[in-house]
Amino acid sequence: MSSITVAPDAGHLAGRFGAYGGRYVPESLVPACHAVADAFAGAWADPGFRGSLAGLLSAYAGRPTPLTPAPRLSAELGVTVLLKREDLAHTGSHKINNVLGQALLARRMGRARLIAETGAGMHGVATATAGALLGLPARVFMGERDVERQAHNVFRMRLLGAEVIPVTTGSRTLKDATSEAMRHWVTDAGEAYYCAGSVIGPHPYPTMVREFQRVIGEEARRQCAAELPAAVPDYVVACVGGGSNAAGTFAGFAGTAARLVGVEAEGGSGACRGEAGVLHGSQSLFLQDEHGQVKEAHSIAAGLDYPGVGPEHAYLRDQGRARYVTAGDAEAIAAAVRLARAEGILPAIESAHAVAWVIRAAGTPALPAGSTVLVTLSGRGDKDVTTLMAQARL
Amino acid sequence: MPYITGGVRPDWTAYLAAFADAGADLIEVGLPFSDPTVDGPTIQEASCAALARGATPASVLAELAATRAGVPLIASTYANIALRPGFAGDLRRAGVTGLIVPDLPLDELAGLSVPGIEVALLASPATPDDRLAEIGRRSQGFVYAVSVMGTTGERDQLAPSAAALAARVKLVTGLPVLLGFGISAPAQAAAAAAVADGVIVGAAIMRRILDGAGPAEAGAFVAALRAALDGPAVVR
Repeated sequence: MSSITVAPDAGHLAGRFGAYGGRYVPESLVPACHAVADAFAGAWADPGFRGSLAGLLSAYAGRPTPLTPAPRLSAELGVTVLLKREDLAHTGSHKINNVLGQALLARRMGRARLIAETGAGMHGVATATAGALLGLPARVFMGERDVERQAHNVFRMRLLGAEVIPVTTGSRTLKDATSEAMRHWVTDAGEAYYCAGSVIGPHPYPTMVREFQRVIGEEARRQCAAELPAAVPDYVVACVGGGSNAAGTFAGFAGTAARLVGVEAEGGSGACRGEAGVLHGSQSLFLQDEHGQVKEAHSIAAGLDYPGVGPEHAYLRDQGRARYVTAGDAEAIAAAVRLARAEGILPAIESAHAVAWVIRAAGTPALPAGSTVLVTLSGRGDKDVTTLMAQARL
Repeated sequence: MPYITGGVRPDWTAYLAAFADAGADLIEVGLPFSDPTVDGPTIQEASCAALARGATPASVLAELAATRAGVPLIASTYANIALRPGFAGDLRRAGVTGLIVPDLPLDELAGLSVPGIEVALLASPATPDDRLAEIGRRSQGFVYAVSVMGTTGERDQLAPSAAALAARVKLVTGLPVLLGFGISAPAQAAAAAAVADGVIVGAAIMRRILDGAGPAEAGAFVAALRAALDGPAVVR
């Protein structure tokens, strides 16, 4: 049996990316989704809200983040590599961009608390941080396996006052943490705000999270215009778990000739090897068996350890506007070490997947010699030091 | 309407006859899915057990096709299973007459094609009036009134939101209104029957089955629920 039938005429519906997206939630969450969609539409059209967010992004989160040329890596690879430095944002990753937007929205909606899921813990840390900043208690669901491998981030969340709830079902990773966050949301839909960490979930989350992450792409576009003779890089590369840093990066270059490349983990490649399906509120591409059961993902990068992608990535793939590729655990580790030694920048293992693809593809038809390539470094590798100590061959 | 997770035990179809003998009007058969986001721990555990045994939605439906339950069978599963091609045919061949898809709300119903199968919609305490009216109009067979804001699972008493919702649903539909989620004991079933046309009991049955109750023991529990619904003290 093949995967679910994708209705070709659904593109006109709100929250659809072609046939993907939608709002597949229990009836009890439909009013909550409507409330978030209405509040976001109002806030995004309100200069006061946009001003508050812009103020926090600059004075609190440290934006704009730099665009850093990588001269030694570029010379070694024969392509010009520019790094968009989300690793330098407050809390250590791009997650803060989205969370500040959603936490401001939660406050505008009068919600009392935040609920979130997290994989590597970066979204959890960002949510705990925004919760502390805005006085909103945060409850973060995290797979037990991720709690073990990201103990450092678990402690950071608790330090910031958040409650971390280990999820013991299924693969005990991001997929199950997301399921449990959604189950909990139903019980507290009146007072809690569900703060999704990626471009997944029911409408309006995939659109809203992309809009909050758009700042990455828009800054990078301006910075590239100042840095590159051609103004726009030939290639724009970002790692993809659910796909929020990629969605935000791509949004800034959608109207250019730049080729967009999303790099998934080999064991979590929803866009490359997934089939159409419905999970966590939207229709998208998911790794499934022949009976429609969603498979467990396997990646050394907890933030990429998810069997699907956000619906907009599924759409960009089908349209051919973006290309999706994979990188494996070992080459991601090697890429992290190589970037650290060539440029003095230790990327998160998630981000290192994007670097790994650039290293592998440079000089091939996929990324010809002499090209310019923008790589979004979605986060910093401090959280991964324990993993690197065990895995890296120095 | 008692519930059983299809495939939870090798002898799971034996429970169907036991439930029918115990006075069930309908039986809900859950087709196991890897990510049951609307279910609490008990039915999650049951789904996991069924999948671990190698059960699939297709194998459960094939077993149903070979079983005579004696009462109408309603399948329940998640959108990822229900939207797959060929699903409607599998349901019909299994002799299933109705379907519940808890993560497929009104707005996404257009994507579901199961001709010949009645699709029952869920109503929630959070559903606003205008939407409730549309659910009443478009539901088929019955309306599944979700008694509480939460997942499936046992609760100590019938939620206060249950009676209010049942009354609201009755105003917008001529179909039977069945209350479900959290109804765990005969006394709660009796209280629910005072405001609704019937009850759906899942986790309380599945906990017994997971703890080892055979068809006779689980059937006795269903009989107790039946007796509570029929009790003379209950105003229908």
